[in-house]
Amino acid sequence: MIVIENLYKRFGKLEVLKGINMQFNAGEVVSLIGPNGSGKTTLIKAILGLIKPDKGVITVNGATVNGSPAYRASIGYMPQIGRYPDNMKVGQLLTMIREIRNTSNQDTQLEEEFNMDLLCEKPLGTLSGGTKQKVNAALAFLFNPPVLILDEPTAGLDPLATEILKAKIAQEKKKNKLIIVTSHVLSDLQELTTHVAYMQEGRLIFKKDLPTLQRETGEEKLGLAIAQIMRQQKNTQG
Amino acid sequence: MMKLTRYVLYDILRNKIVLLYAAFLFLITAGLFQLEENSSKAILSLLTIVLTVLPLVSLIFTTIHYYNSYEFIELMLAQPLSRTRVLLSEYFGLVLSLLGAFWLGVGLPVLFYSPDAIGISLLITGSLLTLVFISMALFTSVHARDKAKGIGLALLLWFYFSLIYDGILLMLLFALSDYPMEKLTLLLSALNPIDLARIVIMLKMDVSALMGYTGAIYKNFFGNAYGTIFTLGVLILWAAFPLGLAKRKFLKKDM
Repeated sequence: MIVIENLYKRFGKLEVLKGINMQFNAGEVVSLIGPNGSGKTTLIKAILGLIKPDKGVITVNGATVNGSPAYRASIGYMPQIGRYPDNMKVGQLLTMIREIRNTSNQDTQLEEEFNMDLLCEKPLGTLSGGTKQKVNAALAFLFNPPVLILDEPTAGLDPLATEILKAKIAQEKKKNKLIIVTSHVLSDLQELTTHVAYMQEGRLIFKKDLPTLQRETGEEKLGLAIAQIMRQQKNTQG
Repeated sequence: MMKLTRYVLYDILRNKIVLLYAAFLFLITAGLFQLEENSSKAILSLLTIVLTVLPLVSLIFTTIHYYNSYEFIELMLAQPLSRTRVLLSEYFGLVLSLLGAFWLGVGLPVLFYSPDAIGISLLITGSLLTLVFISMALFTSVHARDKAKGIGLALLLWFYFSLIYDGILLMLLFALSDYPMEKLTLLLSALNPIDLARIVIMLKMDVSALMGYTGAIYKNFFGNAYGTIFTLGVLILWAAFPLGLAKRKFLKKDM
């Protein structure tokens, strides 16, 4: 569904993406992981067209990114920190996004489970970080998009909300959607992940499915498997 | 387009600064007309205020609004919306709110106390100046990633157009006073929208006699219909050009 070819991006002197080649397919739940500053968020922003790559091509469902913005209709994006106009009310934000998307194919499940109707009259500036995160999640899932990109989705959410979100991801996974999740809290999403993509210093080190990864590292738990790989990386470098 | 603009406008109106600005303009304008017996004198005082306050408020307000809306703009860009549309929605939201404040604060009293050619031209040039300085501020904010730098640039623009430029012009005229400078002065005044606005209104008020020989030339040129169209055209260019540059940068920008 998403094909990334030979992607390069530098910010001034800092080379953030150094030739990424990657493919994401429908039905995958990909955990995009890597140390801080490895280029995860930059890669996601490039897919969304928020960042213009220096070199390389990204296609989403056959449409090249950097052409018409229409391809973004098939992507639901949950940003790391959502900041909205302080004076806008939650209800207005939801209405506005509905007007922009202008589609009848709506999925209000998260909106209901997070009790957004109780927040409708509250200005977004008064919401706590976790509550904003709930708004973000509700917005990302609202249009039943075939691609979901979640940037650190569980950061700041309380345990109850995390469980609701996890259940929702599991449900969407069954619908053969592509779900890309960046997260440093591995155990949170371990049971949902089908593939792991590991990035380091602007390069994709590997993208493997979970059984392969478990076999290769001999670790059952995803967290331990990743730790094992990070250690190996360090050894080969040092 | 209008859908997004509506929400931008709503957000701006909710933070009350624009309303405060409108009230401030209204008090000053109505006050001046009350104090001065002669409405043309009041307009002259009003002109000084309009030419100082209007550009400053437009620049600073636009800059702060842009930086405060940064994450919101990012959210819009993650939706199936083009960058041009998002930027123009922000622009029109700002234009509608600041123009609204100007017409409420200055427009109403002027139309009430002095609904003549001078009053109307003050309102038209004031509106155009608002557009010009919103465009400029949008241009600098899109360029500078850092908020402090953006506000600094906006202030610098204001200092340049309201103080520094006149100083340079005066120095130039003084140094080259032995040469015929009429055409050049005409051209140089077009390079500063504030000067241009001032000249247009001064000429309408018949105080151009105070401006001596240059005033006569201005009168000769700007006084006729052709001159007025030229001035308004140049002001519109001053609004369109920075907006175009801002758009060009915004299309290529990394968010």
